[in-house]
Amino acid sequence: MAGINATRLVKEYPGGVRGVDEVDVEIIDGEFFALLGPSGCGKTTLLRSIAGLEAISSGQLIIGDRDVTDAEPGARGVAMVFQDYALFPHMDVADNIAYPLRIKRVKRDERRATAERVGDGLSLQGLIERRPGQLSGGQQQRVALARAVATRPDVLLLDEPLSNLDARLRLEARTFLKELQRDLGVTTVFVTHDQAEALALADRIAVMKAGKLQQIGTPREVFQRPNNTFVAGFIGSNPMNLVPATVSAGSIAIGDGVSTALPPGTEDHVREGQAVVWGVRPEYLRWTTTEEPGAIAAEVSVVENLGASVLIAVNVDGHKLQVVVPEDHEPAPGDRGFVVPTGSKTLLFDAESTERIG
Amino acid sequence: MTATTATVRKVAANTSVRHYLARVAFGLVLTIVGLLFALPLVWLVLAPFDATPSLSLQWPDWTLDNFARLFQNPYAMRSIGNSLLLGIGTMIIVVVLGALAAYAMSRIRIPGRDGILYGLLLLSSIVTGTAAMVPTFQIITSLGLINTYTGVLLVLAGGILPTVIFILKDFMDSIPKSYEESARLYGAGPFRILRDVVVPIARPGLAFIAIWTIVQVWGNFLVPFILLRSPDLQPAAVLMYTFYTESGQADLRLISAFALLFSAPVLIIYFVVNRRYGFRFHGGIKS
Repeated sequence: MAGINATRLVKEYPGGVRGVDEVDVEIIDGEFFALLGPSGCGKTTLLRSIAGLEAISSGQLIIGDRDVTDAEPGARGVAMVFQDYALFPHMDVADNIAYPLRIKRVKRDERRATAERVGDGLSLQGLIERRPGQLSGGQQQRVALARAVATRPDVLLLDEPLSNLDARLRLEARTFLKELQRDLGVTTVFVTHDQAEALALADRIAVMKAGKLQQIGTPREVFQRPNNTFVAGFIGSNPMNLVPATVSAGSIAIGDGVSTALPPGTEDHVREGQAVVWGVRPEYLRWTTTEEPGAIAAEVSVVENLGASVLIAVNVDGHKLQVVVPEDHEPAPGDRGFVVPTGSKTLLFDAESTERIG
Repeated sequence: MTATTATVRKVAANTSVRHYLARVAFGLVLTIVGLLFALPLVWLVLAPFDATPSLSLQWPDWTLDNFARLFQNPYAMRSIGNSLLLGIGTMIIVVVLGALAAYAMSRIRIPGRDGILYGLLLLSSIVTGTAAMVPTFQIITSLGLINTYTGVLLVLAGGILPTVIFILKDFMDSIPKSYEESARLYGAGPFRILRDVVVPIARPGLAFIAIWTIVQVWGNFLVPFILLRSPDLQPAAVLMYTFYTESGQADLRLISAFALLFSAPVLIIYFVVNRRYGFRFHGGIKS
């Protein structure tokens, strides 16, 4: 077991493109840690740098108490499950699971016993003599996990662990992964582009964009207090409404005559006339047909059914806002009414730096 | 309702009759083509057992005399051994070097890699061909390798390698890199990865290359003909050229018997390798 400590980590490709740009991250021993970001943001490159599959250009990487910046992949005490699982097609499940032990020159009987024990732990009973090609996607993933944990690694790395499974299996595998990680207590880093997956699984999440770290925090932190407009827009199943606005007379002017209160705690950090971005999640906007204090006049343009709730898009003085409305209360397109933000849940970002104010 | 069903049936019957006729016609054409190709093979099997073989196909006057005469020839059996030696020698060089080169070509970025490959492929067809006969002879002479197997093996392997690298590189390209990265993470070095992962997965490709090389060398006349002098070093393909009667006619009795013997090892190798290794391809796992 070991923590991971990366300091000013840089992975630069020939030509000067930086896949990972000055990343500082500390992953605590036993933590379930997510690297989240859109495709091409460098999250997989960072994971592969930790694994040693990408040479680190500069910076320092410490796993446990060892500096492994330049260590060979095999000497870092890390195991990795690849996105395509990378099971060897010419070996049966037992040989696949025991392959790391074979490299460590463990005797055949012992290898077999370990493979069976680890396989049983991952509900692979009766499949031990099959070839990977004869297994379902979920089974292949469990074999890959078994192979990764068979050597009792200090750190387990998972590259998009759920992306190759179909939607139904994905939820099942998600729960399974969380249980497995808790049972083993192994420091686990996984890469995902799916914010819901990261929120559901991880103890802490690092959000990345263009090789740079945007925010590290618990799922609650990144959801409730995103550092900047990018994180705000990326996290959440419905992206946060981000409305360009101006600070005017102690409130936020969204457009002609439309204004809303400053979010709590931001009063001292703004100046009159400052260009800002007002952020509020669709879940924290309420639709009402009667005027009340703090209500903003709006007109419904699109209604999307989400099952238990309805997502409506409303027009507020030329800005489009999304609002989640409970079922049975949905308005029709063209309806006029008001949206009321939950004051404590609104956020304010600086328009220029895109960083959160307050 | 019933009327439409009847029409549908009729149409279906029509299509199936037409389909059937088309298949019969296709089968007939294939049979004729197949027979044309089979004729020389029938000659190959029948003529050796004929007391008076000719170039036309005829029912043999059964005898084993031809083989008895062949076995009396001091060079005949030895030349088959020589051919095996050259074939297997070239095969080992080609498979080992080809696999290593193809793996490197597949995994390491080299500027102009495809250009190099195509260039080599193009040149290789000249190297062992008639066009380079004189230069090849001169190079091997100045290296002092005339009348040695080293010289023949070098020229043969050099001619075959580019094609082999080209084919194997494609094969290696189809092996996902994640297999090797996975093995690397568990501490396997490059040669270990090659042995445990790449070679087993590329095995059908390697088996194909091995057989193909032997067949190429087995049938190669020109290279050993120009580079070897002593009759006791000559492989079967060259020796067959010396089977003349006293009157200067091609000795069909010897040639036919020798031709049958000559073709046997290649067939045997094919079946053995096919049984042991099989021409299966694992490829990646669908996910």
